[in-house]
Amino acid sequence: MAGFSVSRYAPERSSWARLTARDSVVRRLDWPLLGSAVALSVIGSLLVWSATRGRDSLTHGDPYYFLFRHVLNTGIGLALMVGTVWLGHRTLRGAVPVLYGISVLLVLAVLTPLGATVNGAHAWIIIGGGFSLQPSEFTKITIILGMAMLLASRVDAGDQLHPDHRTVAKALGVAIVPMAVVMLMPDLGSVMVMAVIVLGVLLASGASNRWVFGLLGAGATGAVAVWQLGLLDEYQIARFAAFANPALDPAGVGYNTNQARIAIGSGGLTGTGLFNGSQTTGQFVPEQQTDFVFTVAGEELGFLGAGLIIVLLGVVLWRACRIARETTELYGTVVAAGIIAWFAFQSFENIGMTLGIMPVAGLPLPFVSYGGSSMFAVWVAIGLLQSIRVQRPITA
Amino acid sequence: MSNIPETGRTPRVRIRLVVIQVLVFSLLLTLGGRLWYLQIRNGQEYTDEAKNNHVQQVVQPAVRGSILDARGVPLADNETRLVVSASRTELMKTKDDGAAVLTRLAGVLGMTPKEVRDKVRLCDSKTPQPCWNGSPYQPIPVTDEATTQQALTIRERAEDFPGITAEPTAVRRYAAPGKANTAQVLGYLSPVTDEEVTKAQDTDSPYLRSDQVGRSGLERTYDKELRGKAGVTRYEVDNLGRVIGEAQNDEAEPGASIVTSIDARVQAVAEYELNKAMETARKEMDRNTNELYKADSGAVVVMEAKTGRIVSMASLPTYDPNAWIGGISAKDYAKLTGKKSNFPLLNRAIQGTAAPGSVFKVISSTAAVNAGYDFDGNYPCPSSYNVGGQTFKNFESQGYGSITIGRALEVSCDTVYYGLAHKEWLKDGGNKPKKNPKDWFYKTAHQFGLGKETGIDLPNEVAGRVPDRRWKQAFYDANKAAWCKQGKKNGTYVEKIAYEGCVEGNKMRAGDSVNYSIGQGDTLVTPIQMATIYAGISNGGTLYDPTVGKAVISGDGRSVREIKPRSHGRLPFTGETRDKIDEALAGVATRGSAAWRFGGWPQDKIPMHAKTGTAEVYGKQTTSWFATYTKEYSIVMTISQGGTGSGASGPAVRNIYNALYGLDASGKQDLKKALLPKPQTTLPKIQPDGSIDAPKIKPYIPEAPAGDGTQALAGALAAVPGRRD
Repeated sequence: MAGFSVSRYAPERSSWARLTARDSVVRRLDWPLLGSAVALSVIGSLLVWSATRGRDSLTHGDPYYFLFRHVLNTGIGLALMVGTVWLGHRTLRGAVPVLYGISVLLVLAVLTPLGATVNGAHAWIIIGGGFSLQPSEFTKITIILGMAMLLASRVDAGDQLHPDHRTVAKALGVAIVPMAVVMLMPDLGSVMVMAVIVLGVLLASGASNRWVFGLLGAGATGAVAVWQLGLLDEYQIARFAAFANPALDPAGVGYNTNQARIAIGSGGLTGTGLFNGSQTTGQFVPEQQTDFVFTVAGEELGFLGAGLIIVLLGVVLWRACRIARETTELYGTVVAAGIIAWFAFQSFENIGMTLGIMPVAGLPLPFVSYGGSSMFAVWVAIGLLQSIRVQRPITA
Repeated sequence: MSNIPETGRTPRVRIRLVVIQVLVFSLLLTLGGRLWYLQIRNGQEYTDEAKNNHVQQVVQPAVRGSILDARGVPLADNETRLVVSASRTELMKTKDDGAAVLTRLAGVLGMTPKEVRDKVRLCDSKTPQPCWNGSPYQPIPVTDEATTQQALTIRERAEDFPGITAEPTAVRRYAAPGKANTAQVLGYLSPVTDEEVTKAQDTDSPYLRSDQVGRSGLERTYDKELRGKAGVTRYEVDNLGRVIGEAQNDEAEPGASIVTSIDARVQAVAEYELNKAMETARKEMDRNTNELYKADSGAVVVMEAKTGRIVSMASLPTYDPNAWIGGISAKDYAKLTGKKSNFPLLNRAIQGTAAPGSVFKVISSTAAVNAGYDFDGNYPCPSSYNVGGQTFKNFESQGYGSITIGRALEVSCDTVYYGLAHKEWLKDGGNKPKKNPKDWFYKTAHQFGLGKETGIDLPNEVAGRVPDRRWKQAFYDANKAAWCKQGKKNGTYVEKIAYEGCVEGNKMRAGDSVNYSIGQGDTLVTPIQMATIYAGISNGGTLYDPTVGKAVISGDGRSVREIKPRSHGRLPFTGETRDKIDEALAGVATRGSAAWRFGGWPQDKIPMHAKTGTAEVYGKQTTSWFATYTKEYSIVMTISQGGTGSGASGPAVRNIYNALYGLDASGKQDLKKALLPKPQTTLPKIQPDGSIDAPKIKPYIPEAPAGDGTQALAGALAAVPGRRD
């Protein structure tokens, strides 16, 4: 199996030389991508710390509780990335059906008495010892991998130029099963992300335009139907209503968005300084260490700090786009595109809702928000991107 | 980009990857743009909003300044009461939101738990009183009548009473030193209204929700000075209202004290004597109506003649201003303002009006002199005077032959003034008035300050009325329709009057002018106006703005601002005329209509000047007026439905003078007993710590035997026919 050194032609060298050689894994890693992701995680840990150090009810009196855990999660995430690169995305390809199966089982488990409800979404599995798992985060990865495997296999084998209708239909089936389960939780935010992932994957796979536009149309029709048929829970409708008019009920559903906007708006250019935000210290913004973590950046670090987060996300996405373009196999391209769609939409939705341009949905900001499942998932995704880059043939 | 066109790198995929990239970066750009919009463009707006969000203020009310008399005796001050308060923020921190604490507190205070809970609950649209209307961050008073024992219990067992404080707090008190109630002059306080809070928000003296505001009297006029500046501590709070830091702390500045020119001792005498005079009048038979005099209300003003400062001012009926403290009860409020109440809140010295009767004759005399009549000329004083078929009689139909204006003043001969006023009316064109009539009698009244507020430093002073041609026309315009509807040529008295009004109500008729010249008819004056005029005659002609406030002394005693006497004009007479009027008014006291009240008065030592007045009021008993002055003081007393001027008010006014100058009934002066032989010019002494010295005060004890004797004499003399004003 492939190890750190993937070049079949590499002669025996010292380990240091192997690591620093032009064709070594270390040299071939996408460092700007890794650097940006680490930077986001570090900023995230500070923001999470600031948001939680006074919340005694959450921290059990230990102001470093969330800081420690965020750093720990990041560490585990980095390890997962290294592991993913070590294994390589191609190797993982063989395990995709198994991983997919496990993720679907986990998602289903949420619907059993094992599941727990947080903020109206029944999306968690409580493991015990203060740990919990949000399986839908991992499902995002397995949907990408599963669809990519199906869509790319015959193209990469040179059998066809683009995936045929049968393949696309199968791939959609792979996505729809876990999406349906997540919809039942209901975790609308995750379903939305998955839908965008599906779209990104299909676009990159070269599936016919009919599928792409057909899906867009179906999505729109579906959204209207869901709205009309009242399939949404009350809290979800309330969030949309508050999005449309935050002044509607500043103490009720509009509270989150209103307080979030006040927090961000009051930051100005340079912010109030870490730990000095009155909205943050006063705990006016709910869920501030997770879904609304961006408001801490907005208030305490100002336009410069919050802008930096957007720029770093931009770097991550830019590198991911490069990786998607530069890999020669469709499988890698499709996986990268799925990750791009995931990160881009989830970041846009998360930041957008704090800025009042998107409705509130319970989605974490990649790398920055507190939350183990999400952190592990995004680092595995970084691992996949790195692996795609590392395993592409060297050019020039 | 890879230059190895292996499998799967079709142009379709390549283009789509570019599309994805463009989409992704436009999303990020959108976020960046929106972030700029919120933080940079609209940042200030949100900063302000965040500030409102997390800052709560707790107010320490400033101690209201005292109102002192001329010697420093507090008329209104604060007493320390033990106030037990509950802090909601603290209570909410306990397990059961403070229920157990409040129940324990109720036990200590001897209240029911429900009473206590109701006191500290917050008011909203669904909560009936009692409830707390102020800020939930403000400690809420549960009682202001805690005993020392209760306060000690609460303090010693602090751990049982989290959020409960028992602290001495200043509460307003109207002490009525020496029984000087001074109610209407002091005024009262009541809580600020929402409207006032909003209105004063952006001024330099904004109200706090917990503020008490002066509603009348000195409390209102000097409200800003007395109020001081409340201390405000701004706390940063979190979303649950828990305090997370102190943002700002402005210490409270105690309010300034107002030193007044009121002398509590004289005030007590004035109040006592006014009341006594009214009680006496109520035992007198009114020979016109054959009923006892009602003496329903009265007022007395004692003014420093040379400054216009008020030494005392009493108005009856009165009330206890302490009724307002801690919120007035509905029952008390009805008692003070209801239809049956006879309106004790009114300060009749500045808000009560009546026709002046003969005390007006100083004005008519001046008018006559200014119109060209010789003061010492001879004017007929027959027992009656005919004008246009109407007979105007002397008050008691007595004739004095041909007399001077001075003598006419002394004996209060109406017909002399009838004649003068009638002549002037004819000169002005009579029933066909000239274009620019001289209207000497009306013009002079205006020059004496009638029909206009004197400018006293008390709120809502009433202007009174000079029924000149302009007023006649305006009154006619306003009432013509009603008169013409009601009027009948040969109907009842009222209907006839209405008919006349309808036909020629806008005309200044001879009868109006004649009647006006002796202070009867439509003229309305206030006691303070008359006091100002008589003080003006005493001091040589200056009309002072009467003042009660004498100095404003800051809370720390370091700054003293004196309120200087100000004048609003001079009386329109020459020194010679003044002296002659002065002499005539002395004559009134020595040999004229008030002489019987000043038997034994040491006229050589303390020259007394007086004028009596009895004003007729349609449908009511006569109003008694008594206007007097010495070199130092001017005293004016009036009693509504009280009879004649000298009859009802004479002994009372003399007793006030007796107290001021230390005279006994026989006129012997004992300066040791004199309360204020000369007006108080110095301010009370201020100690280095800002406190103000207050002398002890003894209540007024009327000289029993002499006083009774005078009263008996008064009763006897009042019955003698021929006594008149």
